[in-house]
Amino acid sequence: MDYNVIIDNLPLYLSGLWVTIQLVVMALVAGFGLAIPLALMAVSKNSLLRYPAKTYIYFFRGTPLLVQMFMLYHGMGQFEAIRESVLWIVFKEAYWCAITAFALNTAAYTAEILRGAIEQTPFGEIEAANAGGMSKSTLYRRIILPGSFRRALPAYGNEVIFMLHGSALAGVITIVDLFGAAKIVNSRYFVPFESFITAGFFYLCCTFCIIWFFKWVEKHWYAHLRPRTH
Amino acid sequence: MFDLHGYFPMILEGMLLTVEVALLSLLIAVILGLIGALAKLSKSRIARNAAAVYTTLIRGVPDLVLMTLIFFGGQIMVNNLGDSMGWDYIDISPFVAGTLTIGFIFGAYMTETFRGGILAVSSGEIEAALAFGMPSWKVFVRITFPLMVRHALPGFGNNWMVLAKTTALVSVIGLHDMVYNAGVAGGSTRQPFTFYLVVALMFLCITGLSDLGLQWVNRRFSVGVRKV
Repeated sequence: MDYNVIIDNLPLYLSGLWVTIQLVVMALVAGFGLAIPLALMAVSKNSLLRYPAKTYIYFFRGTPLLVQMFMLYHGMGQFEAIRESVLWIVFKEAYWCAITAFALNTAAYTAEILRGAIEQTPFGEIEAANAGGMSKSTLYRRIILPGSFRRALPAYGNEVIFMLHGSALAGVITIVDLFGAAKIVNSRYFVPFESFITAGFFYLCCTFCIIWFFKWVEKHWYAHLRPRTH
Repeated sequence: MFDLHGYFPMILEGMLLTVEVALLSLLIAVILGLIGALAKLSKSRIARNAAAVYTTLIRGVPDLVLMTLIFFGGQIMVNNLGDSMGWDYIDISPFVAGTLTIGFIFGAYMTETFRGGILAVSSGEIEAALAFGMPSWKVFVRITFPLMVRHALPGFGNNWMVLAKTTALVSVIGLHDMVYNAGVAGGSTRQPFTFYLVVALMFLCITGLSDLGLQWVNRRFSVGVRKV
C-alpha cells in the first residue's frame, strides 16, 4: 500500500464525499416527497389511481438503476421536444440527471415500503378515528401516515443504505463523487487497491453512520414500545 | 413497436451474456452463502467472526466499488502471484471479474438468508437424524438442507432479482452485456432512449419469468405444508 497517494489525494476524496452526500440527500428528499402520493395512490380503491402507481413502482423496482440513469442521461437528448424545452437545463447536466434518476428510483422503493406499512395499519385505529368523527384527510394526516412512517422505519433505513450504494453509479457518468474520485486517482497513478479501498472505506463509514442514525431514531420513535424498567 | 434498425439480435446476444453472468454468479453466491451460513452457526469463534466480517464489509460497500476493485486490483494480484510462481501472463477478463464479484457480493446476502432458513428448521428433525446415527454432514444434506429451502426461498427469490439487476454493472467494466450493447446501438442510431427502454423491458421479462419459476419451486417445496 502506498499511503502517500491516499494522503495527497485526500482533498479530492473529501470533495467526492461531499458530492455523494449531496446526491443522496437530494435524491432521498425528493424521492420521499414523491413516494407519499405514490403510496396513497397504490392503496387507493380507485383503479385509475392505483394502476398508474403500481405500474410505476413495478417498472422502477424491476429494472436496474444504471439503465434508468442512462435513459435520462444519454436518452433524453433523443427527443427534439425535450432539447428545446426548459427541461433541457436539467437533463444536459450529468449531476441533475443522476439526482433525477436516483429520486425516481428511490421513490418507487419507498412507495412500496410505505404501501406495506399503510396496509398494516391496525383497523382499530381507523375505527377509533371514524368514531371520533375525523374526516378522511385528518384520518390520514393524524393516524394512518404517522403510524405508517413508524412501521416503515427499519425498511426505510435499508433503502437509505441502498441509495448510498446506488449513488456510486454517478461516478460512471462523469460526476466526481466518491467513486468518481477513486476512478480519477486510479487512472492517474494506477493504484487500484489504494484508490478503491479508500473509497470503500468512506462508503463503509457512511453506511455505519446511517445505521447509527436509524438506531437513534428508532429508540426515539419506539420509546412507547420499550419494556418498562421500573 | 420499436424500430431497432436491425440491432435486436445484438441486444439478444447481450441478454444471453447477462443471463450467463447472472446464473454463474448465482451459483457462486449459493455456495458462498451455504459456507457463510454454516460458519455463522458453527461453534468455532474464528469461523463466526470471519463470516461476520465478510457479510458486514460486503454489505457496507457499494457493489460498483467492489467490482472495479476486483477487476483492476485482481489483475495486479494475479500478475504478482504469477511472477513469483513463474506462470505465464493470466488475463482477468471482465467476465471473470464481474461474475466473481457479483457472486462474492450476493454470497453475503445469501449467507443471511440461509442462516435464517437453517434456524427455522425445527430442532426435533435434526435431533431425530442424530439419534439415527447420521454423521453431521449427512444430517445437513438429507435433513437440514431440504427443509431449509422452503424457509429460505422468499429471501432467495429477492436476492436473485436484485442479483439479476446488478449484472447491469458489468457493462461498466467493459463486458458486452445487454446494457453495453444498447449503448453501442443507441449511439450509432442516435436513439439511446429507445434502446435503453428495450433493455429495461428485457430486465422486466427476466424478473417476471423468474417470479413464475420461483412460485413453481415454492409449490414443490411446500407440498407437505398445510395452509390456513
